[in-house]
Amino acid sequence: MPGPMKMRATLGSGHTDVRVLMTHPMETGQRKDAEGKAVPMHFIQNLTVKVNGRTVVEAQISQAVSRNPVFSFRVRGGAKGDKVEVSWLDNHGESNKTETAVA
Amino acid sequence: MNDLRRKLLGAAAILLLKPFAALAAAWNKDAFGAKTPQDALTGIGVGSPAPSKDLVIEAPQIAENGAVVPIEISSAIAGTTAIAVIIEKNPFPLAARFDFQNGALPYVKLNVKMNETCDVRAVAIAGARHYTATKEIKVTIGGCGG
Repeated sequence: MPGPMKMRATLGSGHTDVRVLMTHPMETGQRKDAEGKAVPMHFIQNLTVKVNGRTVVEAQISQAVSRNPVFSFRVRGGAKGDKVEVSWLDNHGESNKTETAVA
Repeated sequence: MNDLRRKLLGAAAILLLKPFAALAAAWNKDAFGAKTPQDALTGIGVGSPAPSKDLVIEAPQIAENGAVVPIEISSAIAGTTAIAVIIEKNPFPLAARFDFQNGALPYVKLNVKMNETCDVRAVAIAGARHYTATKEIKVTIGGCGG
C-alpha cells in the first residue's frame, strides 16, 4: 500500500517552486534483514510532474535515491491557483499521486 | 492486393506493440543497470561530455550520513533539456535522470545514497551537446548496505 505524499507549490521570483515528498522505502536490494537475508529491491522508478495537465518534468530514478524521497523542481512563471500534480510508479507496479494548487 | 495486406498487417502490429514500447521506454534499464560511470553515460546516450562551469552542483563537502546526501543541480546552459546524476562509486552509478519540458527550469534538488566518498557527476543534455560537472563528497558512513 503506497504511503502518503506531501507537496507544496509556491510562487518564487519568476518561477514556481515545487517541493514534493513521497513515502517509500526505496530498498536497494543490498540491505540485509535481521536474519541476514537480502531485502529485495523496491524503489520508485518514474516520477512525473504536471502543471495544469501539461507534463513539465519526467524523471527516471534508481534505488540510489534516499528513502522517503524529497524533490524540488522549478517551473518558469506560474500563477496562484495553477494545478500541480506529481505521480510516481515503482518497480512493483505500485503508484501514487498528489495534487495541489500554487499558493 | 498483397501490398495492401502487408500494410494493414504492419499497422496492426504497430498498434499492438505501441503500449508495450511506451512502457519499456519509461525506465532505462540498461543505463540504470550499468556498473561503471562510463557505461551509465553510454546508456543515456552521452559519449564524452564537455566540462562546463555553467552546470552547478550544490552539495555538502562532507556528508556524515551516506544514506541521505542532499544534492542541488542547476544548469545555466541554454537549451538544457535533461539532467542526469551519476554517483561514481555506487554499485549502480546512475542515480537519476530528469527531462524538462513545457517551461520547467533545468533545476532539481534531491537526496541520494552514497556508498563511499567519491565524485558526484552531473550531466546536462542540451540538444546534441552534452556537458558535465563533478563535485567530490566525502562520506563518513556509507548508505547502501547496513
